[in-house]
Amino acid sequence: MDDLDQLEAQSVYILREAYRKLKPLAMLWSLGKDSNVMLWLARKAFLGRVPFPVMHVDTGKKFPEMYRFRDEYVKKWELELLLGDCPPVEEIDPTLPPAARSAARKTAGLAAMIEKYKLEGVIAGIRRDEQATRAKERVFSPRGSSHKWDVRNQPPEFWDQYATPHEEGVHIRVHPLLSWREIDIWRYIEREGIPLVDLYFSKNGKRYRSLGDQDITSPIESEAATVAEVIAELQTTRTSERAGRAMDHESEDAFERLRVAGYL
Amino acid sequence: MSNDILRQDAATPIVIVGHVDHGKSTLIGRLLHDTDNLPEGRVAQIIESSRKRGLKVEWSFLLDSLQIERDQGVTVDSTRIPFLLGNRQFVIVDAPGHRQFLRNMITGAADAEAAVLVIDAAEGAQEQTRRHAMLLRLIGIRHVVVLMNKVDLLEYDEHKIAASEQAVAALLKQLDIEPSLFIPASAREGDNIASRSPRMDWYKGPTLTEALALVPSPAGRADLPLRLPVQDVYRFDSKRVVAGRIERGRVSVGDTLVIGTHGTTARVASIESWHTAPQISAVAGQSVAITLEPDVIPDRGDLLHRPDEAPIRTARIRSRLFWLRQEPLRVGESFRLRLATAEHQVTVASIDSVVRLDDLTEHASDHVPPEGFAEITLAASESILFDAFTPGTTDGRGVLVDRHQRIVGGAPLIGPAEIASGTKAIHPTDSTVSLWDRAQARGHRGGVFWMTGLPGAGKSTIARAAESRLFAQKIDVSVLDGDTLRAGLCADLGFSEADRTENVRRAAAVARILAETGQVVLVALISPRAADRELARQVVGEGFHEIFVDADQATCEARDPKGLYQAARAGRISGFTGIDAPYDVPATPDLHLATGAGSVGDVADRLAGYVADSVTLAEATRRRS
Repeated sequence: MDDLDQLEAQSVYILREAYRKLKPLAMLWSLGKDSNVMLWLARKAFLGRVPFPVMHVDTGKKFPEMYRFRDEYVKKWELELLLGDCPPVEEIDPTLPPAARSAARKTAGLAAMIEKYKLEGVIAGIRRDEQATRAKERVFSPRGSSHKWDVRNQPPEFWDQYATPHEEGVHIRVHPLLSWREIDIWRYIEREGIPLVDLYFSKNGKRYRSLGDQDITSPIESEAATVAEVIAELQTTRTSERAGRAMDHESEDAFERLRVAGYL
Repeated sequence: MSNDILRQDAATPIVIVGHVDHGKSTLIGRLLHDTDNLPEGRVAQIIESSRKRGLKVEWSFLLDSLQIERDQGVTVDSTRIPFLLGNRQFVIVDAPGHRQFLRNMITGAADAEAAVLVIDAAEGAQEQTRRHAMLLRLIGIRHVVVLMNKVDLLEYDEHKIAASEQAVAALLKQLDIEPSLFIPASAREGDNIASRSPRMDWYKGPTLTEALALVPSPAGRADLPLRLPVQDVYRFDSKRVVAGRIERGRVSVGDTLVIGTHGTTARVASIESWHTAPQISAVAGQSVAITLEPDVIPDRGDLLHRPDEAPIRTARIRSRLFWLRQEPLRVGESFRLRLATAEHQVTVASIDSVVRLDDLTEHASDHVPPEGFAEITLAASESILFDAFTPGTTDGRGVLVDRHQRIVGGAPLIGPAEIASGTKAIHPTDSTVSLWDRAQARGHRGGVFWMTGLPGAGKSTIARAAESRLFAQKIDVSVLDGDTLRAGLCADLGFSEADRTENVRRAAAVARILAETGQVVLVALISPRAADRELARQVVGEGFHEIFVDADQATCEARDPKGLYQAARAGRISGFTGIDAPYDVPATPDLHLATGAGSVGDVADRLAGYVADSVTLAEATRRRS
């Protein structure tokens, strides 16, 4: 087994654990590259099916290409799609810096969906190498009724034995891609031929490396127009993946505050 | 796309351990920096963060990614960082060296292939050095590199460093750890980390990066006897598929397999997959889905193996243990043992030895302290199939889970345990219905409300009145009354101190059983001694509430509903609480009910209100009711 086989086997194991242990269960689908890989892995785990709904928490500010992609693949992959919207920015903590405040809308929208569908498990495509605070995450990360991430008091997690809901109001965030790096995601996309929204590929010398809301995501200078070219670019690049995400950089702890409050 | 970009070896996890302040974080910062593994701008960020806090460049900020960590100078949770050395991938695991270290470290380190033990060469091995080394042995890490750090403090002197090394080597020898290497280094100055130190010409061994490059890749488990624990069984279309990850060995279409303890055999009819080339065989590490012929239905946790390669089968297991709960472990406690995908009810039959961390010797003890290491014997209610844990394998090691679903210990299994003569060979069974399942079904949790007070204070009267109020609110409630117990279950007991204690213990044991079925139990029992009530609290565990039913003795004696005070005054009964036996007034009851004045109805309302608040679930979470 090479490293991609091993990452795949581990993610499949995690998804099967989640499906067995957490009911009701749903998978977050942000329409980005990571969540497409995650959906693909679910189809690997369940032999071509996705036996739980996928959830799009819609900020209303995604790129039009992303909405078109969503509608196309819901049909092609026979997905059960749950849609949720987000409260207006005026209802969000005004002490957050502007972009973080905008991003926090998604936290509120997600919380509302978890409440509405009484979800016990939410599968999310975060990775440790994306952002320093995510490096401290668990594969199964319990969240109390306020959905807060209590980083000081995380349960032990080892030997593939994961936390299960232990009291009322607790749901589990499941992170099957935690051990994947950005370049692994792209290598797997190449190996498997996973479809992506074309904003990731260079047009007029620019492409998106990470996709969020239109107003708080910016493209990078790049000539990479195919998956292979993106991989080649990543092998030499020294900038971080989320450099184009405004909310990560407003203040030293902006992203940490978002995450503690329940952001992905 | 060239093949070598898509095909690489899996990352090798390396854990960095050592006593607090011996330089773990500095080492990792230095290592990432000197090997060009830091993203652009990260160094500038660290310099800026350090400057803001009035510090010199603080490498640990690389890992301490949270604001609280940087502000307080502590690491609160383990971090995993991908790290490239040439073309080889590693994952560096860093864990906090202090509070709840074990829990955090085990989370990161449990799968590590190699460890770097960082020791301040000037200070030598410390308490956490011993603790970490012990853990490395327990989780079976085979390759240990000892980094003798801060040798600048010993003026890079060969003899001083050698003396320090010898002391560490002696300590590790006690644990049967044979370090592959000692490296004299200074992480802060960069000596012998990624480049050879010009200040220690006498050292001819490898630098740290050279040593890491020498760590062998994780060995394959494909040549061991097949172990495939069933993870789940799906029925897709008309096909039944058995899903699981192969922990050891390989499986091929046509193989005959034994299914779990019931011993049924079946043939592997196919290996199913989606979007891969058809497979006729699969090896350890792969998550597979197979169909069986005949179409038997295994359960989750069943271990599939070949008929001639059976694992150990026993209901009594000897195991090593690292204990993660904040309260000590005692004999007789019951847990779920999760072993791969299986779950078994086990009871701690004996604590065979506990490691003393001061000198790493093993000695007898009746408990395992928090973050302690021990050897124990587990008794199960059924036969368990397993293999003894050996380094480099992924099974043969379980976790202990308490009834609140918390992981409280890690248990690398040693082998079957003999039933020693004279031991109580009890193997309690337990329900697979969890407390939480029951609570959801009923809309309320179970609980024990222990009502103590003088004879005649009104315990039984109030308990009965509250019982009918709670029952009307659809709460499943019952009363355990002292007199009722003494008429039956405790008919053999008198009123001596010892008998009173036993009376309390039995009442508490029954209350616990009822509470575990999800009932609310009101116990009306004089239980005059504080020590006995503490015993009751321990027997019941969580969900115990002490209720003080308080009326002064004159009032109780005036009420005297059972004529007992009169009888005691007349000397016809002795050892009567309040007359010639003491009553310890509860110091901090969870609820204080004064019954001297006011109606029974009012007091019962208060009690019922308190009970209902304590056990009722929030509406939003009452999903399955």
